[in-house]
Amino acid sequence: MAEVLVYVDHLDGAVRKPTLELLTLARRIGEPVAVALGNGAADTAATLAEHGAVKVLTHDAAEYADYLVVPKVDALQAAHEAVSPAAVLVPSSAEGKEIAARLALRIGSGIITDAVDLEAGAEGPVATQSVFAASFTTKSRVAKGTPVITVKPNSAAVEAAPAAGAVEALSVTFSAQATGTKVTSRTPRESTGRPELTEAAIVVSGGRGVNGSENFSVIEALADQLGAAVGASRAAVDAGWYPHTNQVGQTGKSVSPQLYIANGISGAIQHRAGMQTSKTIVAVNKDAEAPIFDLVDYGVVGDLFEVVPQLTEEIKTRKG
Amino acid sequence: MSLRIVVTVKYVPDATGDRHFADDLTVDRDDVDGLLSELDEYAVEQALQISENADDAEVTVLTIGPEDAKDALRKALSMGADKAIHVEDDDLHGTDAIGTSLVLAKAIEKAGYDLVISGMASTDGTMGVVPALVAERLGVPQVTLLSEVSVEDGTVTGRRDGDTASEQLQAQLPAVVSVTDQSGEARYPSFKGIMAAKKKPVESWDLSDLDIEAEEVGLDGAWTKVEDATQRPARTAGTIVKDEGEGGKQLAEFLAGQKFI
Repeated sequence: MAEVLVYVDHLDGAVRKPTLELLTLARRIGEPVAVALGNGAADTAATLAEHGAVKVLTHDAAEYADYLVVPKVDALQAAHEAVSPAAVLVPSSAEGKEIAARLALRIGSGIITDAVDLEAGAEGPVATQSVFAASFTTKSRVAKGTPVITVKPNSAAVEAAPAAGAVEALSVTFSAQATGTKVTSRTPRESTGRPELTEAAIVVSGGRGVNGSENFSVIEALADQLGAAVGASRAAVDAGWYPHTNQVGQTGKSVSPQLYIANGISGAIQHRAGMQTSKTIVAVNKDAEAPIFDLVDYGVVGDLFEVVPQLTEEIKTRKG
Repeated sequence: MSLRIVVTVKYVPDATGDRHFADDLTVDRDDVDGLLSELDEYAVEQALQISENADDAEVTVLTIGPEDAKDALRKALSMGADKAIHVEDDDLHGTDAIGTSLVLAKAIEKAGYDLVISGMASTDGTMGVVPALVAERLGVPQVTLLSEVSVEDGTVTGRRDGDTASEQLQAQLPAVVSVTDQSGEARYPSFKGIMAAKKKPVESWDLSDLDIEAEEVGLDGAWTKVEDATQRPARTAGTIVKDEGEGGKQLAEFLAGQKFI
């Protein structure tokens, strides 16, 4: 059976959820061979094996943390040469897309980004994408070379599928470009204790109607009752009420949770682009004409400062 | 010596319009008004700021696209860019990201450059990979997705806000930079700027000017193939209630019914 390279996104050995989803998709096409780089690379093996990795290629060097993107491209290229895979799958983070693109160019392949589904096809893997602010769904494939495909979080279920997960050291020679862009300092993002926005099963968002950073506590209280991530519209972010890392929309994160709750968000195209593929959509807005209501499964026309705290209380009561 | 800045920009269908696909599954550019991609305005802005802070600099805007794409160049020129290059060739229709990066890299080399600045992504394709691809082709540092950027003494520095950390980056020129929508509001063209733009030079190049064969680009030369595009069915109309004091409880009831609580 053909092997499929899966690039592992991990933090000091802790594998992030989108990588496990990639293993589920990789198993539809062939046998997953994972590539884990940098500090803690070898620590990823047990989790990866549990989810279907037949092999885990690892390499650690200071370059992965000290320089931007290119060292990882060099390593993935080395893995591609060693394995001759049927496809290369990479998580669709900003960095993942850049790594995948440069790899594709080097190995003479096409690249598809932001797939939301993947299936085996007669002429290679077929990727489903959601485009034009999620108003269209396309099916595409790579026409030349080894398909390189990046996949968005929440595109597949994480499945247990125990496999050997044998750890092998990957031999990597860094290119002249590897040390081109130096990371002179890194400030880790402070953890909020909430789920990662793109990976969360439930997202609770606030927009212009929240009217002030201090009022976001209302949104956060609901999110915490539901174990949800907190999102914000561009209007709220531009006003400085919530950090840009939480922005949902065209120029922020694109999310596809089981449940999306939009509070005080009108639903402009810029926002819809980032959340339209959510399974269930709920909105609270005092303007009955807001375009967000065209998308919802359930909407409440009302003051979010009345409705949201009541909802939060009610959930608390029901949970006992 | 003059700092040569090339800004890559894209002419895209208006995102607020009814965007759709043409029969050959390329983006239909006829039925929706086009404009300079909003995210590229940030690239033009940063180029102008870097140029204003340099002793001597020249900002060239570069686009690939049909005749109408000149509108995007005109907008960038009216914001303050010095000159423009328009790569236009019928054989470019349907070119994908890998092909686009080839054309851009050849044009950037022909134009001469110390610094390339791009937006974080186009608002139509939204891949966000072209700056990385151009850096790979040019063999120069990639300093991308910056929310802050500055250039001093042949060194570019900037801040990249990632998912797990915020990083300070540094590279020597020549380099390829991309900037996000957090890098600073783009200026509006002034009346004087609009008038001046009419007199600024716009060069037109085709594939032969760049020594690129038609087979290397276009729909037939593309490294990827779109096999099918379907309009997402409109979401079925949901239940909308007016809050009359029980809205939160009603919403909880709905969520419980859906097994979310």
